[in-house]
Amino acid sequence: MSRKLKLRIWRGDATDGGLKNVEVEVNEGEVVLDVIHRVQATQMGDLAVRWNCKAGKCGSCSMEINGKPRLACMTQVASFPEDEEITITPLRAFPVIKDLVTDVSFNYKKAMEIPSYEHPAELKPGEARMAQVDVERSQEFRKCIECFLCQDVCHVVRDHEENKKSFAGPRFFIRIAELDMHPLDRLKNRKQKAQEEHGLGMCNITKCCTEVCPEHIRITDNAIIPMKERVVDVKYDPVRWLGAKIRKREGIV
Amino acid sequence: MKTLEKHRYDVVVIGAGGAGLRAAVEAREAGLRVAIVCKSLFGKAHTVMAEGGAAASMGNVNDKDNWQVHFRDTMRGGKFLNNYRMAELHAKESPDRIWELEVWGALFDRTKEGKISQRNFGGHEYPRLAHVGDRTGLELIRTMQQRIVALQQIDAKENGDAESHIKVFAELTITEILKEGNKIAGAYGYWRENGNEVLFEAPAVIIATGGVGKTFKITSNSWEGTGDGHALALKSGANLIDMEFLQFHPTGMVWPPSVRGILVTESVRGEGGILTNSLGERFMFKYIPSVFKEMYADNEEEADRWYLDQDNNRRPPELLPRDEVARAINSEVKAGRGTQHGGVFLDVSKRLPAEVIKKRLPSMWHQFFELAGVDITKEAMEVGPTCHYVMGGVEVEPDTAAAVGVPGLFAAGEVAGGMHGSNRLGGNSLSDLLVFGRRAGMGAAAYVKNNSGSSVSDSAIAAAAARIEAPFTKTGGENAYSLHAELQEVTHNLVGIIRTGKEVEEAIEKIATIRARSANVAVVGDRKFNPGFHLAFDLDNMLLVAESTAKSALLREESRGGHTRDDFPGMNSKWRQVNHVSNFDGNKVNVKAQPLVTLSKELFELFDVHELEKYMTQEEIVKGGSN
Amino acid sequence: MATGVFSSSRAKIKERTLRTDRWWLQPAITFTVLFSFVIYATFRAFENKYYFAEPLISPFYSPCLTTACIEGSSLLGQPFNNKYFGIGISPALFILIFPLGFRMTCYYYRKAYYRSFWFSPPACAVAEPHEKYTGETRAPLIIQNAHRWFFYAGLVFNVILTYDAILALRNPEKQWGHLSVGTLVLLFSASMLWMYSLSCHTCRHTIGGRLKHFSKHPIRYKAWTWVSILNHKHPTFAWISLFAVAFADIYVRQVASGAWTNFYLF
Repeated sequence: MSRKLKLRIWRGDATDGGLKNVEVEVNEGEVVLDVIHRVQATQMGDLAVRWNCKAGKCGSCSMEINGKPRLACMTQVASFPEDEEITITPLRAFPVIKDLVTDVSFNYKKAMEIPSYEHPAELKPGEARMAQVDVERSQEFRKCIECFLCQDVCHVVRDHEENKKSFAGPRFFIRIAELDMHPLDRLKNRKQKAQEEHGLGMCNITKCCTEVCPEHIRITDNAIIPMKERVVDVKYDPVRWLGAKIRKREGIV
Repeated sequence: MKTLEKHRYDVVVIGAGGAGLRAAVEAREAGLRVAIVCKSLFGKAHTVMAEGGAAASMGNVNDKDNWQVHFRDTMRGGKFLNNYRMAELHAKESPDRIWELEVWGALFDRTKEGKISQRNFGGHEYPRLAHVGDRTGLELIRTMQQRIVALQQIDAKENGDAESHIKVFAELTITEILKEGNKIAGAYGYWRENGNEVLFEAPAVIIATGGVGKTFKITSNSWEGTGDGHALALKSGANLIDMEFLQFHPTGMVWPPSVRGILVTESVRGEGGILTNSLGERFMFKYIPSVFKEMYADNEEEADRWYLDQDNNRRPPELLPRDEVARAINSEVKAGRGTQHGGVFLDVSKRLPAEVIKKRLPSMWHQFFELAGVDITKEAMEVGPTCHYVMGGVEVEPDTAAAVGVPGLFAAGEVAGGMHGSNRLGGNSLSDLLVFGRRAGMGAAAYVKNNSGSSVSDSAIAAAAARIEAPFTKTGGENAYSLHAELQEVTHNLVGIIRTGKEVEEAIEKIATIRARSANVAVVGDRKFNPGFHLAFDLDNMLLVAESTAKSALLREESRGGHTRDDFPGMNSKWRQVNHVSNFDGNKVNVKAQPLVTLSKELFELFDVHELEKYMTQEEIVKGGSN
Repeated sequence: MATGVFSSSRAKIKERTLRTDRWWLQPAITFTVLFSFVIYATFRAFENKYYFAEPLISPFYSPCLTTACIEGSSLLGQPFNNKYFGIGISPALFILIFPLGFRMTCYYYRKAYYRSFWFSPPACAVAEPHEKYTGETRAPLIIQNAHRWFFYAGLVFNVILTYDAILALRNPEKQWGHLSVGTLVLLFSASMLWMYSLSCHTCRHTIGGRLKHFSKHPIRYKAWTWVSILNHKHPTFAWISLFAVAFADIYVRQVASGAWTNFYLF
């Protein structure tokens, strides 16, 4: 069963652009990416769109659909009212390249700034022992498919270009949390760095990152807030600071 | 005229999936300067789709497991057509490759003792697959991506430039591998973003481009699986072997359309999912081949008991190697017992409680529920064969992954041939890309030590540039999208899961016609992120791959693993002794038979002679392997 | 200079948002309800009467700590004067800073008021109106890091208010073994406050979240899993406890002013 669907697709590049009206056929059970491909094959052969697995596993087809950051392959056309047109734009927090494709290099730069995992030198390959309960928290964050929807929706950079210098963004806060909670990671000052270098304090926990995450990672509750609490432990809690001094645990570095 | 962007590296790695990244890490650690080139963004490669796990005989769950058992399983799975040396290296080195990932920060699921947990999988005698829920591929790729970042951070600290030794060129297509004399001299391509051309000068090139699925209509592969590496290798003078062997995953979604082609992982069956036809029969019991009779249950009671007691019961036939399952499903559908969309039912909802399904198969559940509103805890899935993996690929030296006949060219991962023989076991691809990715990196490092490489001649550059410009010079030519669709139709119907000589011949003719027309492909628009332009090059690659597959399939007059001939239904020991080798003469692909390397005596003795009798001729058995 | 979604490098789209749903509804409701509560609470804090009717005490005034507190309402003595520098001060003002601070620094309420009062942002993917943004990195918002101290104080208040509810198991003649509607109101309010505190993110961190190895602390891990379950419902408890406390105050006020009679079940 097919019907006609009205779309408004943003076309253009860094210099200029606007929403273009298109009418296209849509079948039962199709997602927005299917429809975009049909537009591409029948009406706009040079419509630029990034995609890859078409199964919600690679995080390539990030765009904004009716103003919300989403994966086009995970957005069913049937989830919108039949008679309404659907508006599709590129991500609005990153520089646009062409049509629905944006320059997401910001995220790769930030990835480079996060100190890597440090394995205990005395443990040879195969000797690591970790309990399942100890790896589960970090495993949740490793589900991340790097679609960067959280980075796109976060108002800290979406609404303030100048903050991009000093703010790593939700995707990298879960990376920091993943490493800080990793049962074997040896690097000690992740909490301090999170606050001082990666801009954890910029986050005002308004939770949009969690709302848009296609992997349903509970970014705010399970990563950002626990990291904020861990930062308090080492930076803003005199009692724990004193305790750390006395017991020679991790303190303010 | 703009100046051409030029780079000089020790090695160019084409492809940033598991094999490419592993090769890059190894090459970098050997001191090489490495360029990683990929068509997508960094970290999006098809490896992320691998769900089940990575096979390695660590023996964490069952300590009877060891490399010899893994080797035997791999050879059986490949129906003894495997390059035995590759299978041997793979079985021996896989555990180290998995453990090494842990050192780089990977977090696999754990056993009670805190070791890496391992799960059962089709064709593996013991629980062997290291896994992370059902997103193991993502874990692998992310770990290696982060390993590369870690190495870049070291470079930044030591010499002030993070990209001094490894640079990732994302969203760049390589259109040509360049040679000077008979040796590799570099690679040529263009940025997808703006169409600007790039020259890489390097003495070594590692191809790690993955598969060819997009040649077929229904496939689990993404747009990237267009056989680029296969075609690049052919065009640069290397051979492809075993191209008739393609794995059609038995359980791809056939309905609804938004998830068509997407794999339903074998672990759904491993966790208790059963296959039924439209009559409600659990049909797999009818399809147990004689070689597997002793290992698989022939009745439902025993099969169900196996989930609780694996030592005293035979396994359910749903866990047969995947080609057997694919063939069974195909037979059921052809006999008119399929669903209305041409598949069969796979049901786990009646076997396990909803919470258990969600816990054990989280991304399976989440994916189908979100993509298509199908809840696998409540209803059966409609599944059928989908093109998943190509066993065939570049002919390589097992120890170095060096492409035979082209000094400086290496290949690893799905694009390399030989390792899996006629059929790959689930879980062996992730370990394959780690083992041979590393070996390709080592091989390239050793090669570069003695070969500094030469610069690319201006005439070669001009020729490569002219080929990129070609589609823009045509007006009113062929449309790449429709030619691609025609090709997919031909391959799927005529060289798909079940083949006959007549159909394959027809396919060869049709592919040749499409290929002739493709010379006239014209592109609308400019070079800036233009998918029509990109497809023009992918199409050329897919046509070569299809030609090679069809011609190999025509020669092999038997059915084995991922190659099923309706006109030659049985396996024939005579055909086990040869590989089919494709090369390209500039106009067409030529395929010839080449004797298979004989199993070494030491490895020969790992098998029971009675088992070998099912695969080998009497003379081979008497000879008892080579030395 | 244009910043944010209107920066020169971004796709040229003139709308602040292209959302088509009623994204403004949630912040509007939050604003209305929270603002009404603030008005009411301010009025009550300064009213300085109708907070005690044996055996019921309003949670806004407990513990009552000034010399002007009604007899019987001062559970912890009267360490403060009722006047400083000639200005009369309501006993509520000595204590409300603690529950108020707990809620102001709460990870859930922060989201609620940053969105609905400060529009930072008003809703997801809706451009905020501010030129600059520094988050919680500097004064005054850096004080949000003191949440745990307010959490500890909140626990003390929970104990006191629970004790108040137990004291309400008496009749106006201070005889034990009675139960009135007022008792139930105080009990409900106190228990919801407990749920609010126990489901709090700081609580989750303290009880086990800060550990690196759960496997070495099985009991704290178990407690952490329970708190984590409650933590999912933290916003719900935040609202229910707010209404419950407000209603407890209204109830006591009505009884103390004689408008309502505290009905005794037995």
